[in-house]
Amino acid sequence: MAWDRNQMAERAAQELQDGWYVNLGIGIPTLVSNYIPEGIHVTLQSENGMLGMGPFPTEDEIDADLINAGKQTITELPQTAYFDSATSFGMIRGGKIAMAILGAMEVAENGDLANWMIPGKLVKGMGGAMDLVAGVGRVVVIMDHANKRGESKLLKECTLPLTGKGVVDRIITNLGVFDVVEGGLKIVEMAPDVTRADIDAVTQAKIVA
Amino acid sequence: MGKIYNSAAEALDGLLFDGMLIAAGGFGLCGIPENLIAAIRDAGTKDLTVASNNAGVDGFGLGVLLESRQVKKMMSSYVGENDEFMRQYLSGELELEFNPQGTLAERMRSGGCGIPGFYTKTGVGTVIAEGKEVKQFNGEDYILEEGIFADLSIVKAWKADETGNLVFRKTARNFNPPAAMCGKVCVVEVEEIVPTGSLDPDLIHLPGIYVNRLVQGNFEKRIEQRTVREA
Repeated sequence: MAWDRNQMAERAAQELQDGWYVNLGIGIPTLVSNYIPEGIHVTLQSENGMLGMGPFPTEDEIDADLINAGKQTITELPQTAYFDSATSFGMIRGGKIAMAILGAMEVAENGDLANWMIPGKLVKGMGGAMDLVAGVGRVVVIMDHANKRGESKLLKECTLPLTGKGVVDRIITNLGVFDVVEGGLKIVEMAPDVTRADIDAVTQAKIVA
Repeated sequence: MGKIYNSAAEALDGLLFDGMLIAAGGFGLCGIPENLIAAIRDAGTKDLTVASNNAGVDGFGLGVLLESRQVKKMMSSYVGENDEFMRQYLSGELELEFNPQGTLAERMRSGGCGIPGFYTKTGVGTVIAEGKEVKQFNGEDYILEEGIFADLSIVKAWKADETGNLVFRKTARNFNPPAAMCGKVCVVEVEEIVPTGSLDPDLIHLPGIYVNRLVQGNFEKRIEQRTVREA
């Protein structure tokens, strides 16, 4: 059976290592923080200028000066530090953030990533996505394996404008876990009861080994 | 000479001209110079180019300068949440230069540090790289991005002393320090002006050398995404 959103987030949480500084994107990646394994301590970065992002506030704790990169109200933790946007992207560009977990529209078998614009549709902007994928140590994508029309989102080449070239290390879809390796994508893990045939049926990218 | 002015309008007096480049602090609606934006609207300065991570929302933040048609061009990383922006952009009335968020912040910081350009890996192989110089360092491609040198910086801080030393609060710091640094003149609005000597010199976030004019403002501090958990 394919994973649902929460199961994909739970699987992605297994990627976290103790002591890491991590950036979680908007959408399913945000859910990853609900599944951080026991004994693993990670510090979440919010690229608008914060390390040590806490949970959403209670009604009483709401503070207009304290938001995350998705503009949602959040809280601080004892280890929280604040800084400006240039410093924030300095630590991203400088490779200090161990991993980013992001959503995507398309990923190609060479690790190209498209997640910021669809030509002809409303373009809102790339925000910090291009900086993150170019700068962090490891890029993990969480996304549905196929789009609403049933077409593969794992492609030979991206059709949409790129966010980054050859930047994705690992992809977690509802069907399984895939690594970008020499020559294509390697199946690391399949969701329970998902078969190789199920994956082949909705994967355009080349699967190796 | 004192840096403190009685109103946002006074603090901007003599600094505004049509076609100017303004760098604005803020992320979303957090830490935006609400009072200075309103004063620029009242002044009616036209054909502005505004470097700001976002473009406000309809009726608030930089959205008010879009509604009054004072903005010719935005330099931003993300402009969702603003219908008037999209209407003007899609009809060709408004120019838009997308900058990756970190590139925008660094372009401001660099401009403020007298650095006219820097190389970054951000955007390599994407539309952002089109027309930009590519240079290899240690076998990897980087693109040249230029520093921003603004005519005016408009910035919001939490506290200032009378000499303009600034302290920001939580994530309302965001683009304010780099925006402050890159302007020929920097005007700052704060929630409180405290006597010189009452801020700990070791805990100043931005030294007053970057601040030319100061005004105490009133703040609405609108929240874009009010997200709560159960108590």
